[in-house]
Amino acid sequence: MSDNGKPRFGMYWASSCGGCEISVLNIHDKLLVVDEVFDVVFWPCAADFKYEDVRGYPDGYIDLCLFNGAIRNTENEEMARLLRRKSKVLVAFGSCAYEGCIPALSNLTSKADTLQAVYLNSPSTENPSGILPQPRTSVPEGELEIPEFYHTVKSLGQVVPVDYTIPGCPPEPHQIWAVLETVVAALKGQADLPPAGSIIGAGQTAVCEECPLTKNEKTVRRFYRPWEVKPEPGLCLLEQGLVCMGPATRGGCGALCPQVGMGCRGCYGPLDGVEDQGARMLTALASVVEAGRPGMDEHTLEKEIEAVMDTIADPAGTFYRFSMAHSILKRARVNGNGGKPGLQSGSGE
Amino acid sequence: MSEPFEPLIIGFTCNWCSYRAADLAGTSREKYPPNIRLIRLMCSGRLDPTFVLKALAGGADGVLITGCHPGECHYLEQNFKALRRYLLLRRLLTQMGVEPARVRLVWASAAEGVRLAAEIDRFVEEVRRLGPLNWPAVVSENGAEMPEPATEVTA
Repeated sequence: MSDNGKPRFGMYWASSCGGCEISVLNIHDKLLVVDEVFDVVFWPCAADFKYEDVRGYPDGYIDLCLFNGAIRNTENEEMARLLRRKSKVLVAFGSCAYEGCIPALSNLTSKADTLQAVYLNSPSTENPSGILPQPRTSVPEGELEIPEFYHTVKSLGQVVPVDYTIPGCPPEPHQIWAVLETVVAALKGQADLPPAGSIIGAGQTAVCEECPLTKNEKTVRRFYRPWEVKPEPGLCLLEQGLVCMGPATRGGCGALCPQVGMGCRGCYGPLDGVEDQGARMLTALASVVEAGRPGMDEHTLEKEIEAVMDTIADPAGTFYRFSMAHSILKRARVNGNGGKPGLQSGSGE
Repeated sequence: MSEPFEPLIIGFTCNWCSYRAADLAGTSREKYPPNIRLIRLMCSGRLDPTFVLKALAGGADGVLITGCHPGECHYLEQNFKALRRYLLLRRLLTQMGVEPARVRLVWASAAEGVRLAAEIDRFVEEVRRLGPLNWPAVVSENGAEMPEPATEVTA
């Protein structure tokens, strides 16, 4: 607590897009309540504090720290360790901090290939001398140092222990507000904090449970990319052959995406007790495929199923769009014996 | 001289056909390599792809999935689901840089002990040719190791 009796609040972004910060701002006028209740001591996006300020704080100085973003370079990791030390309650805020999210899709390729794509091959890049970022550069004025880029993107929880996790890309404002209310009540002694380590600000059931679209029996003979068909309104998207991660994804968002005709992307991560969201989605998807009947010879059977699977673009990027860093394999093998060098990566959409 | 590479294979069998086939291979003194560790499930349809990923991530060099022939499943059509999952899983594994040949599905009825033993033999040799997978090293390559979270907490 500060001298004025207010709990101290911090928020930081590591490897992320900034959407989590926007989502906090999207609690609208309730933000004034946050300002009223908390003493902001670190929030680079909204207030002018420097890393030096944080280093000067005593350990455990920040009462509540929301950390969004994955761990992608040495700076991210250093800040994760620093904020862990300085915070009483450290929250992995949003999908990147929780499970790697979009940045971790680059775990499908190598550090070298990622740098090559960004600094040399992207159509909008002009880099005739082929300069790639170096951790250390000598200039006449001395030596410059920038953070070192990692080969593998990690989640916050893979670097430091986290107290709570708020999933979502980004977390929904009403869920953020519900969490902040609980924390404030707990700090005032009016409520208990949720059990340590729990996932808060999210549902306990799959997205399908809260999705209002009509669900019949699912039999899919081919899958479509979102741009290939115009979904029939009111009807389950998966039944229409659009890959929807709803069956394998934690709810709490209100099934916003399926309701506007876009299959669930999977951003709230796996449900309790599920180790690998991608494997669960793979299981669910394979179950609804209608190909192969008893009596068919084994070769034709396989061929018919393969034809359906051909219509699923980029299974790894789709099933692990948000959870690659937290998946069982964690990353792709890019230079092992027999491993394919320079695999195509990306979400494919 | 270095030791020849002995692959570690995890095998999943179904209670009604392939496990009996493996049993039959044993009782009829049919030899198959000891590289395979068999785990019995009630049905190949019970095989969550998570099991395969976990086996590979935990150090297995290959995974053999076995079940009743299509149309002969004790639970009617669950092995069709197993086949669909297997075919999709192979695609996913290819993207993850795992040679699809490291995971194989073999149908074996309770009477096919000899055939199952031969398939295991062939699969072990194929994985031996591919070499070790050693997934823990894949995750820690280039020094970007995945350390256990540090225990320094100051709450």
